[in-house]
Amino acid sequence: MSLLNDVGPTEQARRDAGAALASPLLEIENLQTHFFTAAGVVRAVDGVSYDVRNGETLGVVGESGCGKSVTALSVLRLVADPPGRIVGGAIRFEGTNLVDLTEREMEAIRGNDISMIFQEPMTSLNPLLTVGRQISEAIALHRGLSRRDAGDQAVEMLRRVHIPEPERRVHAYPHQLSGGMRQRVMIAMAVSCDPKVLIADEPTTALDVTIQAQILDLMRELQGRLGTAIILITHDMGVVAENADRVVVMYAGRKVEEASAKELFEYPGHPYTKGLLGSIPNLEVAAHTNVGRARLNEIKGMVPSLANLPEGCTFAPRCGFATVECRAAYPPLVQHRAGHWVACWHAERLLEGAA
Amino acid sequence: MSPLLEVCGLKKYFTIHKGVFSRISGYVYAVDGVSFHIDRGETLGLVGESGCGKSTVGRTLLKLLEPTEGKILVNGEDITALDAAQMLPYRRQMQMIYQDPYASLNPRMSAGEIVGEPLIIHRVAAPKERRERVGHLFDRVGLRPELVDAFPHEFSGGQRQRIGIARALALNPELIVGDEPVSALDVSIQAQIINLLMDLQDEFKLSYLFVAHDLAVVEHISDRVAVMYLGRIVETTDKTSLFEMPLHPYTEALLSAVPIPKASAKTRKRVILTGDVPSPINPPPGCHFHARCPYAMARCRHEVPVLREVKPRHWAACHLHDSEVTFPLAKPAGA
Repeated sequence: MSLLNDVGPTEQARRDAGAALASPLLEIENLQTHFFTAAGVVRAVDGVSYDVRNGETLGVVGESGCGKSVTALSVLRLVADPPGRIVGGAIRFEGTNLVDLTEREMEAIRGNDISMIFQEPMTSLNPLLTVGRQISEAIALHRGLSRRDAGDQAVEMLRRVHIPEPERRVHAYPHQLSGGMRQRVMIAMAVSCDPKVLIADEPTTALDVTIQAQILDLMRELQGRLGTAIILITHDMGVVAENADRVVVMYAGRKVEEASAKELFEYPGHPYTKGLLGSIPNLEVAAHTNVGRARLNEIKGMVPSLANLPEGCTFAPRCGFATVECRAAYPPLVQHRAGHWVACWHAERLLEGAA
Repeated sequence: MSPLLEVCGLKKYFTIHKGVFSRISGYVYAVDGVSFHIDRGETLGLVGESGCGKSTVGRTLLKLLEPTEGKILVNGEDITALDAAQMLPYRRQMQMIYQDPYASLNPRMSAGEIVGEPLIIHRVAAPKERRERVGHLFDRVGLRPELVDAFPHEFSGGQRQRIGIARALALNPELIVGDEPVSALDVSIQAQIINLLMDLQDEFKLSYLFVAHDLAVVEHISDRVAVMYLGRIVETTDKTSLFEMPLHPYTEALLSAVPIPKASAKTRKRVILTGDVPSPINPPPGCHFHARCPYAMARCRHEVPVLREVKPRHWAACHLHDSEVTFPLAKPAGA
């Protein structure tokens, strides 16, 4: 067990300053990824832009079907074609537009400069190969090491992610490990080539909370050591609050809000963000409220079908602030406060109300 | 007056078979001596991590699984030894809502048939009344009554969960066991279902056993909370005391592992447990938690701590409180 005080104030300040100076490492600009299905065109990602800098953690939040995972898969060019295709926009990594690369060129980047951790470690690991073999595969491919050297490196990687007895565990098959251990193996694979960007898609959703705390702690530790930029995709606002420096909120294929984590949780500017925050039970409040009086602030209705989006703002049918204006045109993304962008016709009013 | 439900020393072991003759080679100690009660109109939250036996408790007390040992009393009457036919009248009083709204509804039955089926089984309503009652139930859980003829695949996850709730309500039960009823839903839908469950409790004076892994949700909906670890209840008290004064080290770790959606969350101090939950096939001797416990003493390794009332209305199973209550939790000097 360790008692840890997350990030000291001085280190945090240094990180903030560094992040502000550095130019983005990965920049997604007006990305559009559509799926061409029998039921029509599904606009899974419809003009999303965000960037991430060295050593920074960007949180991407939203509910199922908001396009947060498809955006990430687009970055690694892993969207199945057909039916999916990147139809517009750019993904710039250190100046190169990944959208224009050939599959061959992309292979040199995938798993090497940019790697990914998936939600369900059991389905993303090969059940027929030992974990050592799977880790050394990426190392051998990208680093040109011999199988023996790559194998030694795999043991080293397991040690780095704090798997006990790595020399023995390197010969284990995925089913012999617990869920938390498997996720550690996934992380070991993902960081084996010292990636510059790590995309973590719901990395702890399948895990228990005490194991979740261990895994998030490990990711922070590795980031501190390697300076990796992390894109943390999750539906859990709590995980975002405790781990992200900056947050992007997505709804129905678009970015509806972006701000620093501190700003977003203090002054949510989009009715959807505000609604999401209100709909999660807060442990502290819940413990002190009588059951009869405890009521969550629900968002009425459901997420619209991406093949058949409403006119104007896609959130308007569920929004308590919606007016005629909202139903007529989709609101532009406007910077209302320093580094705080909101796509809502009524953002001013919401921000004033919160302040 | 006896409580609505009382469970005493409940055990459920699953046998593990091996070889051609299916000889018993071991046991999964899923539930290993659990006792609690639920009063009328009350919600007891049962919280714990995967594999701790919380779902098995829910299923065993409805006798969907045969208990290995222990007693289940409903309104003071022992139902432990009853067979399926004798259970029927008690089934009317106790219903269940399942976690997965996709797997728990028959895909070949219409939503109306699903909700009306309990009324047929228990022969409580003629066809005409039944249709009326189903329509009323649909309305009550927030589904449009025109949807009675639609099939499960035509509904979203949240709507399916509403169908499951309507089915559970059909017989006017007194107790509903919810087995992770909101875990599979998106946050905004989760809030709708939680609010609905609380409204229904108010209206029909229901009692809930709310089984879940999400401590924030459990604290929100429950009056009292029981924390389970590897087949045993390690702590139980009212929800405020549990949060303010966790007396079991596992509860303390669980509380501190829950991520808080607040701007100040980044600087929070945290207890991070090492290791994984041990296997219920081969549980460690003594206190089940000792290998991961930051305060473990010599006696924890061989002596099982008993769940006892260490403070008024606050039960904990931990040797730290053997002579007097220790809070904040700390290893006694010299141990």
